[in-house]
Amino acid sequence: MPLHPNNDNEPLVKIRGLRFYRGDRAIFDGIDIDIPKGSITAIMGPSGTGKTTLLKLIGGQLRPDAGTIHVNGQDVHKLNNKELYKLRMRMGMLFQSGALLTDINVFENIAYPLREHTKLPESIIRKLVLMKLEAVGLRGARDLMPSELSGGMARRAALARAIVLDPEMVLYDEPFTGQDPISMGVLIQLIPRLNKASRLTSIIVSHDVEETANIADIIYVISNGKVIAGGPSEQVANSGSPWVRQFMDGQADGPVPFHFPAKPLETDILGN
Amino acid sequence: MEQLARLGRIGICTLERLGRGHVLLLHMLSGLTALVIRPRLLIAQIHYVGVLSLLIITVSGLFVGMVLALQGYYILSQFGAEETLGVMVAASLVRELGPVVTGLLFAGRAGSALTAEIGLMKATEQLSGLEMMAIDPIKRILTPRFMAGLISMPLLAALFSAIGVIGGHFIGVELLGVDEGAYWSQMQSKIDLHEDIFNGVIKSMVFGFICTWIALFQGHDCVPTSEGVSRATTRTVVHSALAILCLDFVLTALMFGE
Repeated sequence: MPLHPNNDNEPLVKIRGLRFYRGDRAIFDGIDIDIPKGSITAIMGPSGTGKTTLLKLIGGQLRPDAGTIHVNGQDVHKLNNKELYKLRMRMGMLFQSGALLTDINVFENIAYPLREHTKLPESIIRKLVLMKLEAVGLRGARDLMPSELSGGMARRAALARAIVLDPEMVLYDEPFTGQDPISMGVLIQLIPRLNKASRLTSIIVSHDVEETANIADIIYVISNGKVIAGGPSEQVANSGSPWVRQFMDGQADGPVPFHFPAKPLETDILGN
Repeated sequence: MEQLARLGRIGICTLERLGRGHVLLLHMLSGLTALVIRPRLLIAQIHYVGVLSLLIITVSGLFVGMVLALQGYYILSQFGAEETLGVMVAASLVRELGPVVTGLLFAGRAGSALTAEIGLMKATEQLSGLEMMAIDPIKRILTPRFMAGLISMPLLAALFSAIGVIGGHFIGVELLGVDEGAYWSQMQSKIDLHEDIFNGVIKSMVFGFICTWIALFQGHDCVPTSEGVSRATTRTVVHSALAILCLDFVLTALMFGE
């Protein structure tokens, strides 16, 4: 149910001049990002660059201090509560922790959005849930409680929940962090497959360079509140900028210093 | 000068928290209509908040009643007024001890559990997750718990008083030999429905309201870390206890003060 008929060239998410402050610290200092429909867009940057914050801004959970975020032509932060909730029904978000409800089993977790938002009969809910669980390979785990799942399984279950309402867009918050190589491989395979099969637009926020660069069509690198590189993934991966190189190659020292800002070592140790 | 600034900051912080607390209360109340359509949510929470508190409430009620009978008999027998033991036990339970002790136990048993539950849901991003699923976590999660507390507390307090009276009967009549007829008939004639019982029920409703509100607010407002949740849980018990005792004084003064 598209609210605004868009031409296909218009990006699904359009961020312009976004500023966001935590206290005096600027998390985002005027960033512009376009996320085209149907793409897998990766937003990368060192820890603490506010990548999760960006997802929360897109989802309307936080308000920017300046700038706009348009999703499907709608300014997210000008919507009233009802419209915002309507918009969120067309977004799925995969939290880093999975954020499954711990007091109900996997099946009920996936069925939860359906039960809340639709009046579908039980038999259809069951079929939908099993289909989504099949897509992430957890149909057999439907009766387990979230505490009985491994980290990788919890994330896949959460992914099934994120797509159960058939959203247009899925936001992934650090999907690869803390995964063993096998679960990582599963997710790397799963994300592009879902993106294609369900005609999704995916936004991945991550600092796992190699895995993310492999599956992303477009990469933005954020550092110190600014976009320091953005474009098709090969272009960014081969960028000559020292900032981007340091991040992509994982060098300990470079434009991003190894040392947290401090007074000189001599004065700190010997006193003034 | 610095002291003054700090004092100001504390004052502003407190006012802000109060403000957020009231905003949360209104938000919770705005979810009432949705709750009417889905009473099962409420019933499940009454089970957790109320039914699971039954054991501690009944056992405590029994012992408080028995202690009241022992102490009361000792004093009353000095004036030869043992027959009024029933009145003494019932009046102290219905007017004061029922609502107050139930409130304190309720804050410790149900309030702390609510705070920890909501706090952990916040810390593990479950509340955020609901929001992103276009489900209002306050209406969906907090409102049923709030109403459950509001409904359970007066019932628990009434049960506490009833069990206490039975405990008093056990000690007074069975053990100490107060006349059974006097125990019940004196109680019946002296305890007033409006003056004693009704006022006691009002007290327990107020305590239920304040305890559940504090517990849910502390959980929802906590710093989402393990330390934050533990602090919030402590605050729930401390603030609830203080609120109950202070409000009890105010209510008693209003109800029974001449």
